[in-house]
Amino acid sequence: MFEILENEILAPNLHRLVVKAPRVASARKPGQFVIVRADRGDERIPLTIGDADPAAGTVTLFIQAIGASTRKIVDIPVGGALRDVAGPLGQPTHIEKWGRVACIGGGVGTAVLFPLARALAEAGNEVTTIIGGRSDKYVILADELAAFSSEVLITTEDGSRGRTGFVTHALNDLIADPARKPAMVVAIGPVPMMRAVAELTRPHGIETVVSLNPIMIDGTGMCGGCRVVVGGESKFACVDGPEFDGHLVDFAGLSDRLTTYRSFEEQARHAATECRLAKEVANG
Amino acid sequence: MANDLSMKERLALGRVHMPELDAAVRSRNFEEVNRGLGLDEAVQEAKRCIQCKHRPCVEGCPVGVSIPEFLDALAAENLPESARILQGDNALPAVCGRVCPQETQCEAKCVRGVKGEPVAIGYLERFVADWAMCNAEKLAKTGLPPSTGKRVAVVGCGPAGLTAAGELARAGHGVTIFEALHDTGGVLRYGIPEFRLPKEIIDVEVSRLVAMGVEIECNVIVGKTLTLGQLREEFDALFIANGAGLPTMLNIPGENLKGVYSANEFLTRVNLMEAGRNPNASTPIIAGRQVAVIGGGNTAMDCVRTARRLGAERAMIVYRRGEAEMPARVEEIKHAKEEGVEFVMLTAPLEIIGNDAGWVAALRCQRMELGPPDESGRRKPEAVAGSEFDLPAEVVVNAVGTSANPLLTATAPALELNRWGNIVADEAGATSIPGVYAGGDMVRGGATVILAMGDGKGAAAAINNHLA
Repeated sequence: MFEILENEILAPNLHRLVVKAPRVASARKPGQFVIVRADRGDERIPLTIGDADPAAGTVTLFIQAIGASTRKIVDIPVGGALRDVAGPLGQPTHIEKWGRVACIGGGVGTAVLFPLARALAEAGNEVTTIIGGRSDKYVILADELAAFSSEVLITTEDGSRGRTGFVTHALNDLIADPARKPAMVVAIGPVPMMRAVAELTRPHGIETVVSLNPIMIDGTGMCGGCRVVVGGESKFACVDGPEFDGHLVDFAGLSDRLTTYRSFEEQARHAATECRLAKEVANG
Repeated sequence: MANDLSMKERLALGRVHMPELDAAVRSRNFEEVNRGLGLDEAVQEAKRCIQCKHRPCVEGCPVGVSIPEFLDALAAENLPESARILQGDNALPAVCGRVCPQETQCEAKCVRGVKGEPVAIGYLERFVADWAMCNAEKLAKTGLPPSTGKRVAVVGCGPAGLTAAGELARAGHGVTIFEALHDTGGVLRYGIPEFRLPKEIIDVEVSRLVAMGVEIECNVIVGKTLTLGQLREEFDALFIANGAGLPTMLNIPGENLKGVYSANEFLTRVNLMEAGRNPNASTPIIAGRQVAVIGGGNTAMDCVRTARRLGAERAMIVYRRGEAEMPARVEEIKHAKEEGVEFVMLTAPLEIIGNDAGWVAALRCQRMELGPPDESGRRKPEAVAGSEFDLPAEVVVNAVGTSANPLLTATAPALELNRWGNIVADEAGATSIPGVYAGGDMVRGGATVILAMGDGKGAAAAINNHLA
């Protein structure tokens, strides 16, 4: 069992969990993930390790509660525990000194981006961070990212904070300005956002790394459920990734495979909501 | 000796039949197909053993079970003694009695098989092991052996690792098994379906090892969570048995459509995660009314029979050679046929066709014919020109094989590998690193449960020598 030491709500449905997992905390490098299972009978869910403290034996996980299983995980109170935490898995981020780097995060992807952006800054890169969300309350970690970024640009779709629009609008400005044009871009967020970033940087020949989020089961390369097509070849995101060259990824294929279990997820969500309603009714 | 029958009477006894669930009923549930023998049947079958002096059956068993001895005790209805002998030689007898291909191992060597049918050693092993599970209180308590103070790490909780752990614990070493998944058993848990091997049996067999002092730590991926180097510092010896769990891709168009599974993913979802068989499990599976399983081995049979149980009206085996060439056990093929599985033979997949929404709609195939034997002696399938046709399917499962998973070996450069990525080990399981042993599918490539167990037993003996 893996005890939950902290459970904080960062934004609507977005939780930050600090979990006791000493072996994972010691071995982990930026870019890696864990597979988590809340309890017996529950599914295995991949979650990026947002941060780790080897001395305390803890890892930080950012979880967006979008389905029945993630809802169950974020509902575990402090002092409760996750039944299984396996990792660290996947390839660590390739960190080198490119010079000027743009780090782009969307939604919960911002949390995934955080350790990577920090590692890039620590390697001597000049990091410009662009983060976006639907509205102000979905923008997370701005202050934490500002601590090592040369600038943090914020975009919201409704204009409630920072610039109105998408992260790609802010990136477009950077690229257009020779004094700020990045040598390399990292983009982590929803598939359409990563795809839009890759399409924007492609004509400029700017190296673009994305972190993919396909469906996973074991996370150790034994089933191929997470396969994605990269440069015309099938890759297993759990062992070959999750980070890949954004200009080579078949985003359409990835998006499509992500819809495989949509009807099951809707059913599970529906069942979970009904249960809660029934309980509330029963409790008066 | 249980000699209440004369030799002539023994020789006159016919082989017992295994009772089975009715095919029409069982093809729609996950209950165990083979129901096991009753006491009278088992005792009578044990009396068919003529207790021959040269004991060829024991040589046929990769873990060297003392077959005549446990059968003799069974024939005398001394079940505690029979169980003691069996469990002393085999860490997982209830598993082996169910999944071993006895027809090519112990029973193939049985003298009674020369003129007639061999003794049903597998059925009897299962009977005695199951009896022992239900009657633990009747078994003689064996105390733990004196501790040697030595520690051995076992990587992988599958058949090879469990067997080695049992042998090493019996020798008095402190044993810790590291397992990447959240549960024990390896392929016994995620690969072999419930209707062939109920998962409770793994739990009971594993709990026997734990009672012997074996520690099991799940969720540890050696190569990621811990390195081989770290384990070498902490332990006096290592046994690597992490299996061959990397699916071989078909490399045909349409492989990434929704509804295409590797056998490993399909079986893991259903067996380990309980998708489709436990209404409370939260892992989903796409069931499909028409399912095509590509391949002709036991894994393909497990997939296609699982597909039937998930509700497929048409569950098909698509194999490029003929039925006679299939590597699957005869019993599995028979069971599959009884359950309504269709066998589409001499057929090779060309492409998986999708619909507009990205789901599998059909498997495009071509007919094959067997040409002359190649250098390996197998007749090579050759495509029949112009024979392309489409099999309608909503789910396609690729069961053409697996290969070595590089996750551990990639982080252990000193470990010598062959050109397929398997660990190179000698007959005793010793690898290129002193004190590090390996066995099972990670050394052999995809093989059988019992061969992996034989490797585990052999490597444990070598480790005992190494630590002596």
